[in-house]
Amino acid sequence: MSEPLFTAAEQKRFDDEIAVLLSHYPNDRKSASMLPALRVLQTIKGWLPPEGMKLVAERLETTVAHCYEVATFYVMFHTEKPGKYVIDVCTNLSCALRGAEGMLKYMEQKLNTHAGTRGEKYFLRETECLASCGTAPCLQINEDHHENLTKQKLDALLEKLS
Amino acid sequence: MSVLTEKVMTRDWGKPGQHAFKGYQERGGYQQLKKVLTSMQPAQVTDEVKRSNLRGRGGAGFPTGLKWSFVPSLEKNTKPRYLAINADESEPGTAKDRFILEYDPHLLLEGIGIACYALGAHTCYIYARGEFKHPSAVLDAAIADAYANGVFGKKLMGTDFELDVYQVRGAGAYICGEETALLESLEGKKGWPRLKPPFPAVVGLFGCPTVVNNVETIAALPRIFEKGADWFARLGAAKSGGTRLVTLSGSVKRPGTYEVGMDTSMKELIFDKEYGQGMPEGRSVKAVIPGGSSAPVLTADELEVKLEFDAFKPLQSMAGSGGVIVMDDSTCMVRSLWRVARFYAEESCGQCTPCREGQPWMARLLRKIEEGRGELADLDTLMQVAQSIAPWPPIGLGNTICALGDAGALPVQSFVQKFRKDFEDHITQKRCPHGDKPWGTYGEFQ
Repeated sequence: MSEPLFTAAEQKRFDDEIAVLLSHYPNDRKSASMLPALRVLQTIKGWLPPEGMKLVAERLETTVAHCYEVATFYVMFHTEKPGKYVIDVCTNLSCALRGAEGMLKYMEQKLNTHAGTRGEKYFLRETECLASCGTAPCLQINEDHHENLTKQKLDALLEKLS
Repeated sequence: MSVLTEKVMTRDWGKPGQHAFKGYQERGGYQQLKKVLTSMQPAQVTDEVKRSNLRGRGGAGFPTGLKWSFVPSLEKNTKPRYLAINADESEPGTAKDRFILEYDPHLLLEGIGIACYALGAHTCYIYARGEFKHPSAVLDAAIADAYANGVFGKKLMGTDFELDVYQVRGAGAYICGEETALLESLEGKKGWPRLKPPFPAVVGLFGCPTVVNNVETIAALPRIFEKGADWFARLGAAKSGGTRLVTLSGSVKRPGTYEVGMDTSMKELIFDKEYGQGMPEGRSVKAVIPGGSSAPVLTADELEVKLEFDAFKPLQSMAGSGGVIVMDDSTCMVRSLWRVARFYAEESCGQCTPCREGQPWMARLLRKIEEGRGELADLDTLMQVAQSIAPWPPIGLGNTICALGDAGALPVQSFVQKFRKDFEDHITQKRCPHGDKPWGTYGEFQ
């Protein structure tokens, strides 16, 4: 026996949230809720496990292949376990002009990792513009946004990650 | 000097409780929606928007009222119609819509009510980029607040007009800011742009007539109906009504998001004490990207240009999404362009060959030149690849389904043309003349 995908509470949350999503679209367009549905699954499980993808496909009356086609197109979806902290560092032009490349190097040293490498604890990666150009440099830790970063601010942020 | 004296879009930013229904309503919020619903016919609303010279703030600057008028009449097309709001702000250099969602979300929601009434749309989807965790949370709360206070639902503001508004969050794909890719994504698919025609106004979301408008565009509507279309048109310059939000970033003393007049010049934006406050000590302007990273770069000699939409045409550039990126004279042009090229290579959706193959090719050539391994022939190849994706000038001749092809080619073409010597120096010296400091005065992490 493999472990069930959800606890009872998680199952209820999944069912409830999917039902709300489906009510936002025409009845014959259930698969339109693909992005928000995948987000529900990922919020509950931390990633998109294969059994969960089957369940999403069933509820949205579509194929598992469709789920993967969408999940692998968008960078915020994780079809593999991403590590406890996903750290997205913007290195695009506006941020680079305010020290983003140095910030990324500083973090690689500090977290003892290489950008783009999935670690159990940290998944540090370069990302594209996060719409924080006037408040650069910036990064997101598990989608929480931080801007106007300095070494001092960054040290304080990283200290909180246990 | 033309520094904006009256704030329009940012008037209420930061005032207490502005993000909530109560605070917004206390400052006169939702009165314009009520007025429009009870005293105007939908066609009159569209006419007013046309007269106001409101133009799309997402990048193209297309006249908003004209866009609305492409939706066929109910007699000709009985399908439901939709409004989709583009809040997928992701053009590098652009950070403005995010602040409308955070500081004044009901301004957008009131604008949505006005637009949907004009279009006969009973459903609106707001497509926000996936990375906007906080702005999206504020917007979700505002939508719930508006429902709870009888704005949306079966009876819009108590009238017989039904309107539902939903927020959908993207998941990290620049291409979904392109309007047909946005519609594909809203339909639950990967963001592959559609061939046009048919245009979304006729065949859009779920095959129905759909208008896609930017956040800032729709948020301007309550102001237009508060003070009149003529006032809004006069406030602007030439054929661009109203004011603009611009994001100033890079090598300036005071980067940030500012509201400016259409007749404010680029020079004023960079140097005025109200805005950028000038360059770092002892430095001058080397280059300015005027409208998000896809807009052709300007030199220091081209900064008298006004920020109004049509003013950029003689310079073969564009006002775009208002993302102004300033580079000082200690910044490496090759390194800067390489970073921009990497972005378009990364974000190409893979559908059209010239873009899918060409963008990474340009990025590889730029890396080669930046690292001192380039040959003069590489510059010709670089330009050839760019011209094969989208010949320039003028803007808009791309060989791809959507404008992402052009967006990646334009920076390459304009940088190489205007700063050719910088590229040649890398090649003849076989190294980057800026050494390990390519990013200008503020490029060190401190």
